[in-house]
Amino acid sequence: MSGSDIRDVTLVEAVNMAIAWEMEHDENVVVLGEDIATNGGVFRATVGLKDRFGFKRVMDTPLAENLIAGTAIGMATQGLRPVAEFQFMGFIYSAMEQIVSHASRMRNRTRGRLSCPLVYRAPFGGGIHAPEHHSESTEALFAHIPGLRVVIPSSPQRAYGLLLAAIRNPDPVVFLEPKRIYRAVTQSVENNGEALPLDTCFTLREGSDVTLISWGASIMETLEAADALAEQGMSAEVIDLGTISPLDRETLLCSVTKTGRAVIVHEACRNGGVGAEVAASIAEGAYLELKAPVIRVTGYDTVMPYYRNEQAYLPQTDDIVEAAKRVIAL
Amino acid sequence: MKTIHEFSVDSVRYLDDHGRPLGDLPPQAEDTERVLAAYRNMVLTRTFDSKAIALQRTGKCGTYPSVLGHEVTGTAIGQSMAQTDVFVPYYRDQATHIFRGVALSELLLYWGGDERGSAWQHCPQDLPIAVPIATQCCHAVGVAAAMRIRGEARAVVCCIGDGGTSKGDFTESINLAGAWHLPVVFMVVNNQWAISTPRSIQTGAETIAQKAIGAGLPGHIVDGNDYFATVETLDNALGRARAGKGGAVIEAVTYRLGDHTTADDATRYRSAEDLKQAWDKDGIKRLQNYLHGEGFWSPDRERELQAECKRTVDKAVAAYLATEAEPPTAMMDYLFETLPEALKPQRDRIADKYRGGAL
Repeated sequence: MSGSDIRDVTLVEAVNMAIAWEMEHDENVVVLGEDIATNGGVFRATVGLKDRFGFKRVMDTPLAENLIAGTAIGMATQGLRPVAEFQFMGFIYSAMEQIVSHASRMRNRTRGRLSCPLVYRAPFGGGIHAPEHHSESTEALFAHIPGLRVVIPSSPQRAYGLLLAAIRNPDPVVFLEPKRIYRAVTQSVENNGEALPLDTCFTLREGSDVTLISWGASIMETLEAADALAEQGMSAEVIDLGTISPLDRETLLCSVTKTGRAVIVHEACRNGGVGAEVAASIAEGAYLELKAPVIRVTGYDTVMPYYRNEQAYLPQTDDIVEAAKRVIAL
Repeated sequence: MKTIHEFSVDSVRYLDDHGRPLGDLPPQAEDTERVLAAYRNMVLTRTFDSKAIALQRTGKCGTYPSVLGHEVTGTAIGQSMAQTDVFVPYYRDQATHIFRGVALSELLLYWGGDERGSAWQHCPQDLPIAVPIATQCCHAVGVAAAMRIRGEARAVVCCIGDGGTSKGDFTESINLAGAWHLPVVFMVVNNQWAISTPRSIQTGAETIAQKAIGAGLPGHIVDGNDYFATVETLDNALGRARAGKGGAVIEAVTYRLGDHTTADDATRYRSAEDLKQAWDKDGIKRLQNYLHGEGFWSPDRERELQAECKRTVDKAVAAYLATEAEPPTAMMDYLFETLPEALKPQRDRIADKYRGGAL
């Protein structure tokens, strides 16, 4: 590559840019999944890759998610770096056995003899009027599994940098893409192969009265809430977890030590969600600094409604503002 | 109406139950040293197996799945594979592991509750033992796909039991092997039993081998207690696979002569008469009879071999029993290439709590 290559891209275009960069620079990177080669993926995340890198490295698979997960594991034990796409998170469950019982354990159970340097990509979350089974946020299922990294970008720049890091990571990464913001904004991204750090939160905005913690598409509403609070004279720090597991507790605790208050925002159900782990970590680590209880603004503990009611399920900006004001008042 | 596709499944057998040739033997029979090496591995595997069961019974090893009745099939797999091929096992493949160079002490460590039992110094690319049924089939096609992507003349053997073929992983994987023309041979060791469930309950198909046809692969049946039939079929299938001619499914028909594991009691679900009939077809005895009949073997050589195998196993047992448990911190040390910051406090806690070593 010569000269700077800076483009205004959406999140899904940034995903494509990152995969293409890494395929260009590491011949071990291969891509597999349903409809990803000739069609370029149903969201077009892999568009153009087959023409550029050939069908041997960009592979349409039979329609079997469990097979995709396990095939990627076999490839990874041979030193390839597969990037496997699940068309929607709602179809990943038949692959859970492969992910939980093998991908996450291969290094441990062979005492480092074999490993699984692979990425499982899946679009997730609600808000795009999709059919049943296409809108859930079940990242907590993966965050609970030792040996997995769970990474969620919330902007085109972070999608580019975090996906590069995920592909280069020597261990398995579940990379969940918030499809509600696949095309919500464009951002200037330099196609320079520079990765962002995993296992690290991103502080998107500094503030002093409350720490708003979120990830994925909900970062949009969380930032809007911070704006609204600022207009009302309240200063909110906004942290994007970036890597859901393992969790960068240090950044969270530093922030809460400063603000004394935390509101956690996520689209997923409340019960057993990643927010519970974040809240417990804050309670354990910053108990003496807390001025108010840690509270959560989340989806409800019910089945994701079909799209006529999906907005009623998703946390809204006003919900976050109201929650923040409640803890600031304490 | 016209017929679009007709299929056949061939079945191969060379020796009768007493080890007498039924007709001409395949070329594999001409290499006496190779045949004797196979016989030695079968006897060593059986010696190891009976010792492992004894260790479990005396509290020195965990639950262990006996390989009794699989020795011939497993040895033929080991022998037909090149060292550069990759073996993808399930959990009753001791004969193949031993042939390929996995240390007996490593196998004991695995079943004795120690992760180092899968660190396999001499088979660096073979997949570890797969306990979740049939899941290994998907890994096998992934390994084979990697070979194909890189244009290598290598192949994969994936082992699975008859019960495992009922799972989607098997069907999905043979399907991919057909669609992608992958160098992988699926070896279905049909030992008639999935714990207590007989083969007849697993499928209404007459044979398991014919499932290959639906995946676009050839299907073969061999008498898994007939060394020559098994090794010839495997040699041919692997030769085709390495030459880029695609994979195969081989159903090796044998019988699980032991319990499912040391935690099982097979007398609850199968008769003594059935078991006796299966013992009459034992493949090790059959090959021994053949070797005697051809003048390649003698009672003295048999005694020497038995004594040698016992010494080898005793040495491995001693090494296993002398291996101290890993420090408890090891549970954190291989999870990731580098332990993430977030997990360091937990590792420190383990180190503090068990400063004096494991409990």
